[in-house]
Amino acid sequence: MAVVFEKPHALTDAPTHYCPGCTHGIIHRLIAECLDELGLEGSAVGVAPVGCAVMAYNYFSCDMIQSPHGRAPAIATGVKRALPSAAVFTYQGDGDLAAIGTAETVHAAARGENICVFFVNNAIYGMTGGQMAPTTLPGQVTQTSPYGRDVKTAGYPIRVCELLSTLDGTAFAQRVAVDCVRNVLAAKKAVKKAFQTQLDGRGFSIVEFISSCPTNWGFTPSEALVWLREHMLPYYPLGVYKDTSAQAQGEAQP
Amino acid sequence: MNMAQRVLMKGNEALAQAAIDAGCRCFFGYPITPQTELAAYMAKQMPKVGGVYLQAESEIAAINMVQGAAAAGVRAMTSSSSPGISLKTEGISYMCGSDLPALIVNVQRGGPGLGGIQPSQADYWQATKAPGHGDLHILVFTPSSVQEMVDLVGKAFDLADKYRMPAMILADGLLGQMMEPVEIGGKEVPVPAAKPWAACGHRNQREHNIVNSLYLTASELEDLVKKRFERYREIEAKEPLCEAYLVDDADIVVAAYGAAARIAKAAVRTARERGIRAGLLRPVTVWPFPKKDFQAAARHASRFLCVEMNMGQMVDDVRLAVECSKPVGFFGTTGGVIPTPAQVLEQIENLSGGAR
Repeated sequence: MAVVFEKPHALTDAPTHYCPGCTHGIIHRLIAECLDELGLEGSAVGVAPVGCAVMAYNYFSCDMIQSPHGRAPAIATGVKRALPSAAVFTYQGDGDLAAIGTAETVHAAARGENICVFFVNNAIYGMTGGQMAPTTLPGQVTQTSPYGRDVKTAGYPIRVCELLSTLDGTAFAQRVAVDCVRNVLAAKKAVKKAFQTQLDGRGFSIVEFISSCPTNWGFTPSEALVWLREHMLPYYPLGVYKDTSAQAQGEAQP
Repeated sequence: MNMAQRVLMKGNEALAQAAIDAGCRCFFGYPITPQTELAAYMAKQMPKVGGVYLQAESEIAAINMVQGAAAAGVRAMTSSSSPGISLKTEGISYMCGSDLPALIVNVQRGGPGLGGIQPSQADYWQATKAPGHGDLHILVFTPSSVQEMVDLVGKAFDLADKYRMPAMILADGLLGQMMEPVEIGGKEVPVPAAKPWAACGHRNQREHNIVNSLYLTASELEDLVKKRFERYREIEAKEPLCEAYLVDDADIVVAAYGAAARIAKAAVRTARERGIRAGLLRPVTVWPFPKKDFQAAARHASRFLCVEMNMGQMVDDVRLAVECSKPVGFFGTTGGVIPTPAQVLEQIENLSGGAR
């Protein structure tokens, strides 16, 4: 019998702990499909964050390391420098990457560290129960911004792809979403491009996924995706922010 | 260095060369006085042996880079000084929780806070009692000469690998900065121990490895920590190192490590010349603490004197080791002040009831 659909080999059989409607599952799958298609599972070393995706080490079939909060790019740096032939990626949330791990993220990019960073931005701390994140939108209600994020006291959200694309060491930066089929397909292309960037030795790559958190946003899964489109995407526009590949450079020329 | 050489070297640089000789090929650091020469030496020499030198954005990043390299199964190290070691405690705890071997060098300076940049031993408690959060220990070696800065490095790496835990060289600004003749090199670079647990890519030939310190089931975490403590008990039984100097018939036993031990040794020698039966116990590992050497000395000594470059930290371990069977006095200087042999001699003489 012909197999028409199956789980990627780079995912384990472990059932995930993610909430219903959470987009982590889709993003895991896209990364795993790319590991399969590029034949990277055997040489890959993934770094799991602290946050909702901490147990990603149970879900990917490649070798995995669990990092201290925010330090995944530093851990990944250590792995990549020690084993240049490994395909090294981190998987991080917004608190992990853009608050406690800001220095590690920015400097890994500035060094042009030849790693892939997969950044899941759902504008909230999920695992600890819905606190304000560095990417929480102005006015957004969370457990620790109960009257809505007041930019006068809590400051403004960080647009990570825009920030990192200013650094010479960043080779590839793209913001994607996985709210509909078209965006999921585009997201997969971005993941593949990130790995290809590393295989080509071109330096730091990041794919930012605009994601939903129905549980902590207080919505049903489908309502959450509507909120994502209406509120997150205008603040965090999708698109390629940096691409140093020859192909992209060629396209840029008239 | 293939041939053993006798050369004049700074402690920091000698330690760095010894680490390279021990097969370390990954150094991640961040500038801080008084360990700077160690990093500078690595920056110069690592590229020549195909190794990695990387100046991180912070001590936190540096220790996590060490953690990444160690998790990948490679011999890795970092070095810093007191304020920087405080920043590394997070990574040290995670490495203990993930059973990762690595070397951390602390060239101690005065504290707390930014403190000073002169030699100190004020991080003894941090190194031996709480190098990070949680139930844990790390191996702690305390060189007292440039030669020992060299000799203990390979041992620290080997034991770290053997017991799968971080090791620390607890030095100080005096040992780091001083120059002494030292015999270095001439040893075979060890074949790296097999690390079947490493996250280095499974090549589709084994199950995937997970390097992790998270265990959400309380009983599972308890079991794991208890197992780790069985290993710690084995280390406490097998690995303590201590130099005993004129201790066999000693009435007054001075306890000191590192730079303070050099000074105490001079004082003990003079005390002997003056007819005082003084001796010196010099722990070369302070975790595991050489309890048995102290217990043996307590059988004949009438009292102990602990000499440290701090306000009295190892003295607690000496009291615990002798189970308060004999009085344990303390003399210390702190903030970067180095005690003189005359000051220590005066203490010994006072304990012995004055010069005889």
